[in-house]
Amino acid sequence: MDFQVVVLAGGTSKKLVPLVSKEVPKALLPVANRPVLSYVLEQLELSNIKDLIVVVEGADAALCVGGWISAAYVDRLHVEVATVPEDVGTAGALRAIAHHLTAKDVLVVSGDLVSDVPPGAVTAAHRRHDAVVTAMICSVPVSGLSEAGSSGAKDKTKKPGRYNIIGMDPTKQFLLHIATGAELEKDTRIRKSILRAVGQMDIRADLMDAHMYAFNRSVLQEVLDQKDKFQSLKQDVLPYLVRSQLKSEILINGAPQGQQAKENGNDKVSYRILANASTPSFHELYALGPNGSAPVRRTHKCCVYIASNSKYCVRLNSIQAFMDINRDVIGEANHLSGYNFSAQNNIIHPSAELGSKTTVGPHCMLGEGSQMGDKCSVKRSVIGRHCRIGSNVKVVNSVVMNHVTIGDGCSIQGSVICSNAQLQERVALKDCQVGLGYVVSAGCEYKGESLARKEK
Amino acid sequence: MGAQKKRAAAAAAAARVSEDPDDLARQPLQAILLADSFTTKFRPITLERPKVLLPLVNVPMINYTLAWLEAAGVAEVFVFCCAHSKQVIDYLENSEWFSQPNFTVKTIESHNIISAGDALRLIYEQNVIHGDFVLISGDTVSNMSLTQALQEHKERKKKDNNAVMTMIIKKSKPSPITRQSRLGTDELFMAIDPNTKQLLYYEDKADHSKGTICLDKMLLAENPSISLHNDKQDCYIDICSPEVLSLFTDNFDYQHLRRHFVKGLLLDDIMGYKIFTHEIHSSYAARIDNYRSYDIVSKDIIQRWTYPYVPDVKFCGNRATKLERRGICFTAFNSEIEQSRSAQVGSFTVIGYGTKIGSNSKISDSVIGEGCTIGSNVLIEGSYIWDNVIIEDGCELRHVIVCDGVIMKAGAVLKPGVVLSFKVVIGERFVVPAYSKVSLLQQPTVHDSDEELEYADNSSGTVEFSSIQGTADQSNGEMTSESSEAHKPKLGTGGVGYIWSICEGGQEEEWRHSVAPIPEDKLTELSEAMDDDQELVTQDRTALSTSGELISDSNASEGDDNEDSKDDSVYFEKEVEATFLRAVEENVKVDHVILEVNSLRLSYNMTSADCAGAVFYSMMKLAIKTPHSSAIGLLTLYPSPFSMVASNAYPIYLSGELQQNTANIITTWQKLLKSYLLEIDEEIEIILKFEEMCLESAKEFSPLFARILHILYDKDILQEDAILRWADEKEGADESDKVFVRQSEKFIQWLREASEEED
Repeated sequence: MDFQVVVLAGGTSKKLVPLVSKEVPKALLPVANRPVLSYVLEQLELSNIKDLIVVVEGADAALCVGGWISAAYVDRLHVEVATVPEDVGTAGALRAIAHHLTAKDVLVVSGDLVSDVPPGAVTAAHRRHDAVVTAMICSVPVSGLSEAGSSGAKDKTKKPGRYNIIGMDPTKQFLLHIATGAELEKDTRIRKSILRAVGQMDIRADLMDAHMYAFNRSVLQEVLDQKDKFQSLKQDVLPYLVRSQLKSEILINGAPQGQQAKENGNDKVSYRILANASTPSFHELYALGPNGSAPVRRTHKCCVYIASNSKYCVRLNSIQAFMDINRDVIGEANHLSGYNFSAQNNIIHPSAELGSKTTVGPHCMLGEGSQMGDKCSVKRSVIGRHCRIGSNVKVVNSVVMNHVTIGDGCSIQGSVICSNAQLQERVALKDCQVGLGYVVSAGCEYKGESLARKEK
Repeated sequence: MGAQKKRAAAAAAAARVSEDPDDLARQPLQAILLADSFTTKFRPITLERPKVLLPLVNVPMINYTLAWLEAAGVAEVFVFCCAHSKQVIDYLENSEWFSQPNFTVKTIESHNIISAGDALRLIYEQNVIHGDFVLISGDTVSNMSLTQALQEHKERKKKDNNAVMTMIIKKSKPSPITRQSRLGTDELFMAIDPNTKQLLYYEDKADHSKGTICLDKMLLAENPSISLHNDKQDCYIDICSPEVLSLFTDNFDYQHLRRHFVKGLLLDDIMGYKIFTHEIHSSYAARIDNYRSYDIVSKDIIQRWTYPYVPDVKFCGNRATKLERRGICFTAFNSEIEQSRSAQVGSFTVIGYGTKIGSNSKISDSVIGEGCTIGSNVLIEGSYIWDNVIIEDGCELRHVIVCDGVIMKAGAVLKPGVVLSFKVVIGERFVVPAYSKVSLLQQPTVHDSDEELEYADNSSGTVEFSSIQGTADQSNGEMTSESSEAHKPKLGTGGVGYIWSICEGGQEEEWRHSVAPIPEDKLTELSEAMDDDQELVTQDRTALSTSGELISDSNASEGDDNEDSKDDSVYFEKEVEATFLRAVEENVKVDHVILEVNSLRLSYNMTSADCAGAVFYSMMKLAIKTPHSSAIGLLTLYPSPFSMVASNAYPIYLSGELQQNTANIITTWQKLLKSYLLEIDEEIEIILKFEEMCLESAKEFSPLFARILHILYDKDILQEDAILRWADEKEGADESDKVFVRQSEKFIQWLREASEEED
């Protein structure tokens, strides 16, 4: 397989504090009691991609991730873990490992993607058009981020959940325009030249870039070399490639400028002869001279692969997303979790112990060796391994990681309790995050707060 | 009692609602046909005959439109006549249109109308439209079925009362090279909601300098999915609700259907009126907007795309012609043609009754009217020759339009794109240069690019015509002598007519709308230009993104914004300066200048500080300009006059002169300046502006800075607070920034002491 795979596992994302820490980098955050990275790796494994490079920001995080991968995938995947400095951005990370890349194309996947879209489909779309870049696009998650919702409430004109503005050709194969980040807040400017070439452009604000890209390797390296200011694949490299697609500044396969056009021309002619059954794309038509003679303009293609609506595709890049994904993976998208659900539509590890009159509702998960006292109730929540939960505890819509101790009479709603945390008696939490090893003293009530130990 | 009344009202309302659908169904469909295009694209022909009566494949255009309206189920048509209204009405009266069953044609006449907007306002006043109507101009050829579009329109209207109009569009991709459609119209950018088909954005008359389309962010916030089209053509067939007419009345400045009305509705988010589109796929619809579309639509008609409105089917008044199959192409013939045995009539050609064709003449891809006489060895290619034209031996015509009664003497040649208006005579062996327009009438001399005036011109054509028509008929001889004297470009020996000079749009644009195909070299030239264009665009963007610091996207776009606002202020300054200079020259009253500057300020959305700065700037500029010669001389002598050396060497008499000028100007215009100095901030703004000028645009002032500051203080333009605050602000600035503070140190010192004393 002439594809190399790079998984960008990130480091300790600031957005996810206090869930992440030096000991638990983002890639290892548990989703249904499995590190989120395992979802990506599993999908790649299913697509029969076994050689991959996992890029981790920061040495500590790399150590953790590397340790976990070598333990979990020892004889299944051939994984190289590369360490890059923190805050270099996605483009910087690829720049740092550029010398490892040798294959014709590179598939770049974000390590926080929880999805059942086969990566093979993206690579196939990429190959079909001999594209320079192919991006996977998915619909904006239905659940919606409540964070975005709250900011939307402030600014009622803005609908929540807009991540990108994406322009495609009518066949939905080519990416013609993409706006991200701050551009979304402005009026959208569409270039007329590309519209003239393609005739019709479908603009969608309800799709988002899922951060899985297939790049032509030489093009990617060239762009990274030449544009040393580019920091992010999503915000710099991809938009750059998209907007220069009709006036390509890149050299495909590194041919020198003068010859390139000529060679390209010959290529195209023979290509057309070979494939004259298929109609040429607008890129090829545009490249032609005025009389349909040999191509005079250099173009490159940017493609999209749109994940169908039935597929699950969410990135774990905020606390809300973390909760949403946890809920979905044991709920609607439970085929992703890889577990067998019981008749009650939940998973209770055989070694877990439940007290009398304790109920665990559907869409719940109780990890190995966890104990619960009497008269507890768990709804739509994930509870990790070896937790000790007292009596009369309510856990609703929450994620409780491993080795958590929860005292009697606690009530936990919409919260995340990280590993080794301790809640003493009668603690009431609503929409809170409790960091690693934090102790919440008895009787406290918190709402919408983030509780963590001070970083030393 | 009250309750009863209410109930009665409710019942009435209910009855109305229940009636409504029936009403809609029963209401006979009406149409407004504008028999005037309110443009001048078909001049000089339209000076003598209205556009709707020009023959299109030997049938006046209006017949195509009327025939289609009748077939589409329209019951009543109001033909709005303006220019040459008499001719239109006469024609209609003599035609069969007034005697059709189930199809009424009524004419509305007006002479002082200059735009489609005015026409619709007039129709509204007459109160003849009662329901949905079709709005069309009399130069439209179509064979589409209205049923579906009409039904869609009505259903939408039922759900949403604001859906007032349905526009018919058709797929047609403009050439990316010439940026115009096949019909010669400008490329059109539209944004349409793919689900509801609502029109969200409409841009014709594209501004080529702008490389991007700007979609408002609200648009995308409201519609998650939008299709942006460059591949659609506006058919200019609109299904409108009666509200459209009242909208025109409410917005009395709407003139043009698209440029004002459609854009107005799209931009106006208060009333919330909506326009929808209906795309036709297999049927034909096109409007003849210019000579190119005349050519293209004629060809489409001959090639039968417009069936049943084709030459061999009798659809109205026209005599059906016989079709002959030549190879795989059709040629329409009439039985009464005298054709020499050796003449060759090629494919896609229509020849009218009673036309004679001499030997060895070749005719292809052309339409020839009735009663023409064509000599021998004549070559006619892709041309439109109307009735009773005489073409003598050996003429050559390629891609031209020749109107009724033209005489071409032997050996005359018409280059591509030529238009010969009525009764022109071309002299022997005369070569008419490409794209020229020849008419018996002189070119109207008053030309203004302003569109309103263009309309006005056109309507005045009516008057012009009626007075001239008579004379033109009788006095051909007179005209000859006149023309040969008045105009240099004669039409050869015995030629009659004037060659119009091309002024509107310029010669370069002439090829766009002409009947002739676009020349090859033009295409290459254009495609090269397109490359450069593209290059510019990408360079722009990449430059922005690479120069941007780290988060290139947000930075780059912010840069854009800044540029925009900077541009604005530069324009604003220029406008103010122009206004001021004009005021000085024409001795305008200060109050009026204040008014003008105020209106500028509102239109550019500037603060009064900006105004103060701009006014002050223009005053200072004026001061420099007055001692013009000396200042220039100085500049060359002292390339950096703001250095202290230079200011020392500055000739006293010169600086004195400048100072005097400045003082005079400030005295004269102090009222103007003062009207913008409401607060101390504006005064500081002036000082800062002055400083900036001294450093950049008007270095002559730099040695005089302190003195002029003093003058401004004396004239009560600047208060001491402002000056002191300025000095304080500058305290912490760089050394280079403090040049002027230094210079005025004494003055500031004095001010300080004075204020202390007062205390």
